[in-house]
Amino acid sequence: MDRIPILKLGRALLVSIQVDIHDRLAKALEEDLSERIVSTGARGVMIDISGLEIVDSFMGRMLDNIAAVSRLLDADTVVVGMRPAVAITLVELGLSLTGVKTALNVERGMALIGSGDPDIVDDDVVPEGGDDRDEG
Amino acid sequence: MIATKDDTLAIRHSDDVVRVRQAVRVQAVAAGLGLVDQTKLVTAASELARNTLDYGLGGTARIETFSHTPRKGVRLTFTDTGPGIANLELALTDGYTTGGGLGLGLSGARRLCNEFEIESVVGEGTRITVARWK
Repeated sequence: MDRIPILKLGRALLVSIQVDIHDRLAKALEEDLSERIVSTGARGVMIDISGLEIVDSFMGRMLDNIAAVSRLLDADTVVVGMRPAVAITLVELGLSLTGVKTALNVERGMALIGSGDPDIVDDDVVPEGGDDRDEG
Repeated sequence: MIATKDDTLAIRHSDDVVRVRQAVRVQAVAAGLGLVDQTKLVTAASELARNTLDYGLGGTARIETFSHTPRKGVRLTFTDTGPGIANLELALTDGYTTGGGLGLGLSGARRLCNEFEIESVVGEGTRITVARWK
């Protein structure tokens, strides 16, 4: 698996991490997400980690990085679906992900993202007659 | 019946860290550890396997189930022949790192396990043993 799919849901981008992620995949996700935030004008990024059995400091750092980059690009990051055992372990590990918002599930995550400004961007911003990824 | 298992896995690439996690999970389940204990042990294994790879320049992970003692659990031994750790006390401090990480690997793994031992000789390598039991 080379890429983690990024779905657009209203004005948010949704990523579901289901597999054990390795370094290259994490790097690719950070880059893909930042590009999609800009090309779609998304106001939020939701990362579903309900499929993850563990979050170690590597993964925690990745989530923090994504949140920091998204913030610079005017989008909030919400991590949803963390398993209880993962939360207990993260705190004991010393990683409380203070830079990342969390929600119990996707619905509540969407509510967090939706609580901002009125939605002005529903779909991908596509310049007339052109591809949104090719603006030069 | 004494059901013990003893595996040794090589750690050479980041994919091997994933394999170590999966093997530890299987043995933790077999040892009868609860979900939170399993999660703590697998997380500690992930931190230590990554350290073995990044700082120890590769090595091995030995995963043993022990059930013959009054306790039932899993013991992990990470061995590398890398540069070793000059100052163990400093290396075990939260937030201390010589790499680009968060500096939580060693100190965090110690908190996540019931038993934690570390031996390191500069120029020869490092061996870390951790265990988690019911």
